[in-house]
Amino acid sequence: MSGTNDSFDPKQVSALAPESLEAARDEATSAFAGASTLEALTALKPAHLGDRSPVLLARREIGSLPPQAKADAGKRVNETRVAVQGAYDARHAVLLAERDERVLGEEAVDVTLPTTRHARGSRHPLTQTSERIADVFVAMGWEVAEGPEVESEWFNFDALNFLPDHPARTMQDTFHVQPPGAKQVLRTHTSPVQIRTLLERDLPVYVVCPGRTFRTDELDATHTPVFHQIEGLAVDKGLTMAHLKGTLDAFARAMFGPDSRIRMRPSYFPFTEPSAEPDVWFPQKKGGAGWVEWGGCGMVDPNVLRACGVDPEVYSGFAFGMGLERTLMFRNGLPDMRDMVEGDVRFTSAFAVEP
Amino acid sequence: MRVPVSWLTEHVGLTEQPSADDLAEALIRVGFEVEDVVALEAVPGPLVVGKVLEIEELTEFKKPIRFCRVDVGTRGSDPAAPQGIVCGATNFAVGDLVVAALPGTTLPGDFAIAARKTYGRVSDGMLCALDELGLGDDHAGILVLPPDTAEPGTDAAPLLGLAEGDADAVLDIAVNPDRGYALSIRGMGRELAGAYDAPFGDPAAIDHGVPTTGEAGYPVVVDPSSGCRRFVARRVTDLDPTAPSPWWMIRRLLLAGIRPISLAVDVTNYVMLELGQPMHAYDATRVTGDVVVRRARADEKITTLDDVSRALDPDDVVVSDDSGPIGLAGVMGGASTEVTPTTTDVLLEAATWDPASVARTARRHKLPSEAARRFERAVDPAVARAATDRAAALLAHHGGATIEGGVTDVGPFAAGIEAPTPTITMPLDLPDRVAGVTYPRGASVRRLVQVGCGVDVGGDGVAVVPPTWRPDLTRPADLVEEVLRLEGYDVIPSVLPVFAGGTGLTMAQRRRRQVSHALADAGFQEVLPSPFMSPAVLDAFGLDDDDSRRTAVRLANPLDADRSLMATTLLPGLLDAVVRNVSRGLRDLALFHVGQVARPDGEPADAPVVGTDARPSDAEIAALLEALPAQPLRVGAVLTGAWEPKGWWGEGRPSTWADAVEAARTVAAVYGATPTVSNDRHAPWHPGRCAALHVDGVLVGHAGELHPKVLEALGLPPRTCAMELELDRLPVREVLARPEVSPFPPVLLDVALVVAQDVPVAAIEADLVEGGGELIEDVRLFDVYSGAQVGEGRRSLAFALRLRAPDRTLTLEEAGAARDAAIALAGERHGATLRA
Repeated sequence: MSGTNDSFDPKQVSALAPESLEAARDEATSAFAGASTLEALTALKPAHLGDRSPVLLARREIGSLPPQAKADAGKRVNETRVAVQGAYDARHAVLLAERDERVLGEEAVDVTLPTTRHARGSRHPLTQTSERIADVFVAMGWEVAEGPEVESEWFNFDALNFLPDHPARTMQDTFHVQPPGAKQVLRTHTSPVQIRTLLERDLPVYVVCPGRTFRTDELDATHTPVFHQIEGLAVDKGLTMAHLKGTLDAFARAMFGPDSRIRMRPSYFPFTEPSAEPDVWFPQKKGGAGWVEWGGCGMVDPNVLRACGVDPEVYSGFAFGMGLERTLMFRNGLPDMRDMVEGDVRFTSAFAVEP
Repeated sequence: MRVPVSWLTEHVGLTEQPSADDLAEALIRVGFEVEDVVALEAVPGPLVVGKVLEIEELTEFKKPIRFCRVDVGTRGSDPAAPQGIVCGATNFAVGDLVVAALPGTTLPGDFAIAARKTYGRVSDGMLCALDELGLGDDHAGILVLPPDTAEPGTDAAPLLGLAEGDADAVLDIAVNPDRGYALSIRGMGRELAGAYDAPFGDPAAIDHGVPTTGEAGYPVVVDPSSGCRRFVARRVTDLDPTAPSPWWMIRRLLLAGIRPISLAVDVTNYVMLELGQPMHAYDATRVTGDVVVRRARADEKITTLDDVSRALDPDDVVVSDDSGPIGLAGVMGGASTEVTPTTTDVLLEAATWDPASVARTARRHKLPSEAARRFERAVDPAVARAATDRAAALLAHHGGATIEGGVTDVGPFAAGIEAPTPTITMPLDLPDRVAGVTYPRGASVRRLVQVGCGVDVGGDGVAVVPPTWRPDLTRPADLVEEVLRLEGYDVIPSVLPVFAGGTGLTMAQRRRRQVSHALADAGFQEVLPSPFMSPAVLDAFGLDDDDSRRTAVRLANPLDADRSLMATTLLPGLLDAVVRNVSRGLRDLALFHVGQVARPDGEPADAPVVGTDARPSDAEIAALLEALPAQPLRVGAVLTGAWEPKGWWGEGRPSTWADAVEAARTVAAVYGATPTVSNDRHAPWHPGRCAALHVDGVLVGHAGELHPKVLEALGLPPRTCAMELELDRLPVREVLARPEVSPFPPVLLDVALVVAQDVPVAAIEADLVEGGGELIEDVRLFDVYSGAQVGEGRRSLAFALRLRAPDRTLTLEEAGAARDAAIALAGERHGATLRA
């Protein structure tokens, strides 16, 4: 917006002289460069960028210039201001980075110091194995049934087709409860839960029964008087031994991987007929994949069904049972059963992360 | 049962001899566990029969040593002279036939024999004991062969069955208790024939040409109450008491694990192994009067063959004569009528006893004899006569005995009496339906015939008469098993049943799992201690005499007499685990256990008699269940040592009563329950540091520090803390109460109340909650002060109250009124005053 044609020499206003502005810029730049801390840099700011700084004082003079000179001078002043501000910002960034680095360095700790103020807890591997197995069956639609440890002989033996004085009764070395007339024992297997289940529930029945069991074996590397079993029972119309095998195959795969499977050898249990002992193909077996004996099984004996009021002409069933200690021993390569019962915390804590 | 393969296969028509391992596999497939297969190693080299000519006792050594000159024919180092051999055994005499391993022989175990200098002599070979030949583990002396077995110098390897190509082996077979018949060559051979589908010749059917005249046998009376099913007796006379058992018989007995004794005894053992019929040989001249089979009388005694005098029980069955009991029926003979080295007149017994009765007697007298093992699993009553004939024939042949013409055969199952053989009818396709398999036509019938059944097919069913040796076959299910196992379980397919009716874990089961997760997450380790409890620990706990925890289930046969009780509390087991860990240097412990305890309310009554033919009545089931002790599920935890150890972070802190109470609260929280905590005095806890926990007014357990005296008595670290809760008393709510979540702002007010020192915090807290009414959302204690400012015997409790209305912004006036009401109730009930 030029008004006159008067020529104008901006040098007439010395503050706006290019030399002056260059000098101010150089002075500021060098001052900033000399600041060694953020505090020192901040202290320099008013002198070079404050209201009384040469550049801002120069800007005030623009108003006194003739219109035709204003644009030129304004541009020059602004460039100088930007340059000074840039120098400040650059130095500020450098000093900030230096300070941050120093502070972070000062804050450094030895991260290898111990951090655990209370030992982590853990669940016993037998509990975990028992739940794992129960989950496999629950996923197939089965339910979990339970029973007491001090058990009536009727449930533990009689109803399971153990005849009085038959050697099968003494095969399982039994803890008897006083007085003898009470006919109570510490259950020698989880099978009495089969009887309880059949008496309590409506058919069909598909249950697994985990629990603590007892036999008069002295504690050693492979025996313990107090141990755990898990039992399975299915009673329905049309169940066959093929269904038993299919169930155990699925169980084996869930526990030991897709290559695992079951084979059955004929055996004898009073409460099943036919009876079998399953071997499981264990791919991770020490010394190479192979068969491992894994409990007992069979078709529920008609006498057992009858004792529970189930008509064996209409219903059939199968049952199986495994020792959990033994399962854990071969699955996890544990050599000594005593570790499972002694309660040494070093043993339990090793299994903290089992699923 | 141990049996040599050569004997096992004697009556089986195998087209070619399978290897011992194949035989074992075949037996396993049909249901016999083969526990061991021991191959007999062939012995190469000059193993010869020798005759001892001269024994020189060398006495200058610590043990008896003999230098022997042995006739080995022309096989010796000097073909014209006897062989000089040093021997450490003393069980032989001049003239005995022995087995000499001459230099160049290699005995089992790669034991090469060479001439060597020992005990100052040159020993030109070795006289062999049974174990050195690989024939069992007997090392009681060297093997002495029966006289005239062979000429000196004869190769001994073929004689012993140890020549190259003999390839015999011993199988150790486990027999299940339902298959007594299989404890014999007769029974096991039949099984093998079934496994190979091969023909079988029953050794009991072999005619040994023993004549029978019409005269009476030895007089035997069987009292019906004895349960004796059959008693066969036959007398042989003029036995040469010096006649040895033949080597083949000795070899078979040895390999079966039975020690040869004398011809008469060896023959009875041999027949037992061959036919499954346990036998007894009496010295007939020592039996006085009639033999009577009966129950023992209360005051009777017998000295059995093992020279043990045994007081008899009226339930025992005995064989007796005029002198009293001369045998414990089916278990062991008596010493008074035992055959001796001079016995010439033998009475052979082959009887059949009641299995249950023999089982009871064997258990009562702790006599698990070979005979009892067979009788309690049932012996074929039909084989008694064949066994007697076989034994008599052997004694006649090898001992020159004369067999008397008369035979005793008495008892309900005696020859000529129709033994009860029930006919079982079964649908022809039942095996197929049980197995889930379609078997080839005729397979079922063929298999049933193979096990010895009489089978009559008619229409869709079969009528089956089981053989006399299979009393276990009484129902169609039993026959099905025979078909399935002989056809092989490996042909049964794998079919997963489809069932979708389950509803998952119950809420109680889920909560129980969560308890162990919660405690593990809180830093506790799970242990599974034994439930066997010592009464002494209850004394150490300082329980009153009438404390219900002293009423425990008592074991009749504990493994450890000191621990004869079933735990009534989880604490003793947990404290045992603490002691064990501490003894192993692990001192900072937080342990837990979830388990049943048994809490009887007194001595159990006699059990009701309940049958198994049908479902018991509801009353019978209730009676069975009520007779059992209550067995609630509990959780226990113990803490000792540091909760937080000393470390770079500071001094750490020990586990305290508060951690035990907090563990109890953690468990209750799993059930969505907030327990009411109150001070209590309850052994074994410290009387001033014991909390009782109630939920919905029901006592669920205790927590706190244990009594110092208890800790001292049990050798536990000072300040050990514990908690025990009964999970079954915690309410399992399927659905928890709906929470009120008000979006309106709260009013926060603090109050400091001064109360007497002995007023529990929980009481004041409860007053504030109740007194403040519905507007109280939360009450939290944030400071406790006692000191001069509040006066002697008093303390100041500072609470932060959070008040909120469900439907509006609460005014300060309303909040203040609620606070004042809260304080007023605390003042009214517990004398609380606002702190000045």
